[in-house]
Amino acid sequence: MNEPMLGGMAQTALDRALPLLRPGNTNCGGCGMSSLLQMLGHAAADRTLQFVMPASCAAVCGGVFPLSTFGVPTLMTTFASGAAAASGAAAVAQLNGEDTRVVCLAGDGGTYDIGIASLSAAAERNEDILYICYDNEIYGNTGGQRSSATPAGAIATNLRQGKQQPKKDILAIIAAHRVPYAASISLAHADDAVRKMRVALDLRGFRFLLALSPCPTGWKSEPALGMELVRLAVRSGLFPVLEIFDGRRHVINIEPDFSDEALDMYLSLQRRFQRSGITAADLRPDLDQLWQNLRALSGRIVPARRSS
Amino acid sequence: MSAQLLSANHGAAMAATLAGRANREGRGFCGGVYPITPSTECMEFLCLQEIEKGRVVRTESEHSAMGVCIGASASGARAFTATSSNGLAYMAENCMAAANLRLPVVLAVANRTLGPPWNLWADHGDALMLRDLGLLQFFCADNQEVFDTVLCAFRLAEDPEVMMPAMVCMDGFILSHSVTMTEISDQEQVDRFLPLTTIPHQLGHTPHTLGQIEVPHQTEMHRQQHHAAMLGVPRVYEGVQDSFEAIFGRRPADAVQAYRADDAETLIVSMGTIGATVERAVTMLRAQGHRVGALRVRMFRPLPVAAIRKSFAGKKRIAVIDRNISLGLGGILWGEVRALAEPGTVVQNYLAGIGGGDVRPEHIVSVLADLLPRQVAGLPEMVEAV
Ligand SMILES: Cc1ncc(C[n+]2csc(CCOP(=O)(O)OP(=O)(O)O)c2C)c(N)n1
Ligand code: SF4
Ligand SMILES: [Mg+2]
Repeated sequence: MNEPMLGGMAQTALDRALPLLRPGNTNCGGCGMSSLLQMLGHAAADRTLQFVMPASCAAVCGGVFPLSTFGVPTLMTTFASGAAAASGAAAVAQLNGEDTRVVCLAGDGGTYDIGIASLSAAAERNEDILYICYDNEIYGNTGGQRSSATPAGAIATNLRQGKQQPKKDILAIIAAHRVPYAASISLAHADDAVRKMRVALDLRGFRFLLALSPCPTGWKSEPALGMELVRLAVRSGLFPVLEIFDGRRHVINIEPDFSDEALDMYLSLQRRFQRSGITAADLRPDLDQLWQNLRALSGRIVPARRSS
Repeated sequence: MSAQLLSANHGAAMAATLAGRANREGRGFCGGVYPITPSTECMEFLCLQEIEKGRVVRTESEHSAMGVCIGASASGARAFTATSSNGLAYMAENCMAAANLRLPVVLAVANRTLGPPWNLWADHGDALMLRDLGLLQFFCADNQEVFDTVLCAFRLAEDPEVMMPAMVCMDGFILSHSVTMTEISDQEQVDRFLPLTTIPHQLGHTPHTLGQIEVPHQTEMHRQQHHAAMLGVPRVYEGVQDSFEAIFGRRPADAVQAYRADDAETLIVSMGTIGATVERAVTMLRAQGHRVGALRVRMFRPLPVAAIRKSFAGKKRIAVIDRNISLGLGGILWGEVRALAEPGTVVQNYLAGIGGGDVRPEHIVSVLADLLPRQVAGLPEMVEAV
């Protein structure tokens, strides 16, 4: 079985025989989580993986009993227990000297909100798990309600006007636990994403990956434009792509050009931002501040914004 | 075998430790734990033990403690945790998940009143809140029974015909903190009693999923299988008792423990430590010429219906004492067993020790005094136990 072409990467002899995300799954067309799983399969190659998934679109994607969408053994858990159940599975793998990478795949609700206590605790214990959050910035499974990952200006099914508050900085929160590795990945930059997935797969201890995950259904965007949206978010500086080692060493992986045009394009291509009418100009001051902080943390001297 | 002075909390932890070590040739042992009075000392004791191929994860909540057990059990390990009261309420969602996933996690519960208002003392309401979730439930009357029942719980829970979590309850403080001589089995005996944990559906190398979506007819089938497995437990338990006796030289208590019940006209039914008090009172009352007997329901889930019905046969009056209240109905045990009596039997409910009040033999005597003149049963009566 061949994985579809992906960001210029074709299935090669080094890839897994059985893809992580098998055909016939129920994800919406253009779902970022699907792309993420395909990249992860490419990155994981022949490594032994086990999935743990709290309630989310990913759990639905798993399929209807007795079928199974994922190419590896998978445990579905309650919404708040992804990191806890993964801790148990990883502990048993370790006790038995197995080289299994326990990968917890969770949405933003399971990560930023209801699961944050168990996630924080697993990070603090430095459990040997790879925690991946595909962040579609809403509760997708239950129809698109706000989460604390929903960005300012976006509506949700339980939020008539655009959200007032900016989204939580989960990467900083996880990094503050001083875990060995925390990184954000851009699904539109496959080389960087796959490289970091490999780093995260091969390190030991608690590793965290955050992906901005296009959700055409919730974002009210064109399914075919998902990757383009991520590219715009990265280019404009809205979604910083970086890795943080041991909570201390920050490395910015992709340099944005801070284009307001890209940011406005990003906003206008998603109807979730329409009602609030939020623009690049509204977001820019916060983004400048964010990037100033990132510069300081990464020790880069390139100015946050190139003067045009 | 050695006799040691242990609290029931420590006894439960000791049993879990021995059970954990007994799986060292298998996939090991993993527990998740979180403190709450009065079960705290159980987890503390467990955390101090050396368990070969074992790990105890100190989580940030009971919800995660059971979450860890689920992950560990799904990976084929033996799993254990302990909690009480609000901890159990907080854990409930994952108790249900462990049950639905048919994972043989063993859970020791030191029963305590739910709050706020905060109350630390024994009330069975915490455990009974989870009665319908598909966990085995045992209520113990002394420390030895707690130790023995935890061992039996592992054996039962992991039995291929059973394969579901098991809860072993001890009345908070009354047992959890009372120190008594307890026969502690040798590792070698426990190794013989507990086969290596084998969970047929554990995650292995094939890409199957545990706990994915299912549709109504599949859930119906799974509930039916789970229910059938539950109903088989009293029979499987007898085998476990035999094998326990053969190895340890003492027989663990029956699912339903009768005391001078055969020729009794009046029966007093209860659970947990109240059962021990009732036996004491029955001895006194018998000496005064009352034809009274006692029945202690040790296994509450599955409810040993046949055994209870048999004990109820021919009785004129039955008092059911509940250390819990289902608000709007009455005692939960009473609600369940009253239908098992023959028509015409007076089955009267007494609520005693709600919120952990001390229930002493004189309270049982007053129950009998209230029951004997009754020709028909009335509403549940509160026995003020102070
Ligand atoms: C305790 C609990 N509360 C609520 C739910 C309902 N629920 C299931 S998935 C979900 C939202 C998931 O959101 P997220 O984690 O972002 O994943 P997504 O669906 O967006 O992929 C909710 C609210 C649940 N399963 N369990
Ligand atoms: S709702 Fe969004 S996240 Fe969920 S499957 Fe559809 S596109 Fe993916
Ligand atoms: Mg989401």
